[in-house]
Amino acid sequence: MPKVTYRQHDGSEETLEVRAGTSLMLGALTGGVEGIEAECGGSCMCATCHVYVDEAWLDKLPKVQVLEDEMLDDTASERKPNSRLSCQIEMSDALDGIVVELPESQI
Amino acid sequence: MATDEAAGLVVIGGSHAGHQVAIAARAAGFEGPVTVLSDERELPYQRPPLSKAYLMGKQPREALLFRPAAFYEEQGIDLRLGVSATAIDRAAHTVTCDNGTVLSYRKLVIATGTRVRPLTVPGSDLVGVHYIRTLADIDAMLAELDRVKSVVVIGGGFIGLEGAAALKTMGRDVAVVELADRLMTRGVGKTVSTFYADHHRSQGVDVRLSTGVERLEGENGQVTGVILSGGETLPADMVIVGIGVLPNQEIAEEAGVDCANGIIVDENTQTSDPDILAVGDCAQFEGRFYDGSLRLESVQNATDQARTAGATVSGEKKPYDSAPWFWSDQFDLKLQMTGITVGYDTEVIRGDVAAGEFSVFYFKGDTWLGTDTVNQPANHIASRRLLDAGYALSQAEAADEGLALKELVKAARKGG
Repeated sequence: MPKVTYRQHDGSEETLEVRAGTSLMLGALTGGVEGIEAECGGSCMCATCHVYVDEAWLDKLPKVQVLEDEMLDDTASERKPNSRLSCQIEMSDALDGIVVELPESQI
Repeated sequence: MATDEAAGLVVIGGSHAGHQVAIAARAAGFEGPVTVLSDERELPYQRPPLSKAYLMGKQPREALLFRPAAFYEEQGIDLRLGVSATAIDRAAHTVTCDNGTVLSYRKLVIATGTRVRPLTVPGSDLVGVHYIRTLADIDAMLAELDRVKSVVVIGGGFIGLEGAAALKTMGRDVAVVELADRLMTRGVGKTVSTFYADHHRSQGVDVRLSTGVERLEGENGQVTGVILSGGETLPADMVIVGIGVLPNQEIAEEAGVDCANGIIVDENTQTSDPDILAVGDCAQFEGRFYDGSLRLESVQNATDQARTAGATVSGEKKPYDSAPWFWSDQFDLKLQMTGITVGYDTEVIRGDVAAGEFSVFYFKGDTWLGTDTVNQPANHIASRRLLDAGYALSQAEAADEGLALKELVKAARKGG
């Protein structure tokens, strides 16, 4: 199973296996990773599953769609060029090893 | 009277609002035991996907859970599943449960939500008649679905229409019967209602407006059809009822806590008894977004009120004052709503209704009440932020396609 590393704002890391087809948001929640709220349950409606994607992986991700782009303008922590909503990133074998950093706050 | 532990926080209800109160209380530093009672046997789970992705088999069961069981243990949250609270003794500060347990509380939060309004016409208890509220409701539907060809949805609100869209997408013949002369009357204005009726029809859904249901007919106890007010019969192997919900406020009422259409709370979610709070679908409150008191059935309201309650029980103040927002996914359309727009007199439209990308700004006189958007998320987000900021959007600004609302948000934030 492909692996994801979630890096907390304080620098601590957890690496989890996340099944292909599962979102990075869900992988974090079901894996007990803190720092993701995901109020809307992955409907791309709330911007509380914000992550900063490690630069090396950015190009491998599907492009930001209009809805996600708008929601990213509404994140609690600063939007950066590598900001994504983790509910919109589906795990795949190609993303095995991806590293995402959690923002200081989601709300 | 025996108590089984030291008095702490007791939360009645383990859905969106209930589980979030416990998490928010821990986040706010609440010390002492935290107990959540849920009358369902599942770990707290997301309800919105029930009528959409879960029904369509796109979201597996485990993906509905908010958190794994271990999370609650780590947080020191004692989650008691399959347990109902039956009575509150305010003088003794105790809650009695249906399993005989008596819990002492320092603070009690009622997050009992709502229950479906039952269909009462003859035939309502036939096999094949379903409601969309709990995971168990959907599992019961899914267990029958293989042999279902025709579905009649009674009620053209969000839940019914989402169910209709899902089942149509799954290849069933679907009809929607609505008593009012338009769809989603409580949530959206006329333009949006008409657009959705047209869209459902274009997808092959048989939408009947201004139509009542006389009775359901069946054979051998199984529903076979819906007899409409005009006498016509619609064939149905399955009937889905989505005619609204009723607040579960009885436990508060019986304890003498003030209730109306819901349990009455203030901006800190405290009831008429300051040691008892209420949050989510069962709570009625007043605020700056609506002239009068209201009860909201939404994820946003549940989550935000729960955070307020978590702060309140921990001795902090975090008054509830966020602009209401809602969403509904039907077919490939994203409907997003913000504000409370009932009672509007003017609609100002941006975008292209026929193309399915538009926004409707609602006004009562000169006062902007809120906005519905269809596939225009930017206007939704900006409207939410403008409402939060207390910005008085004018009809001229709303109508000006060249004016990006995002710019107004920046200005409003700078000014505020």
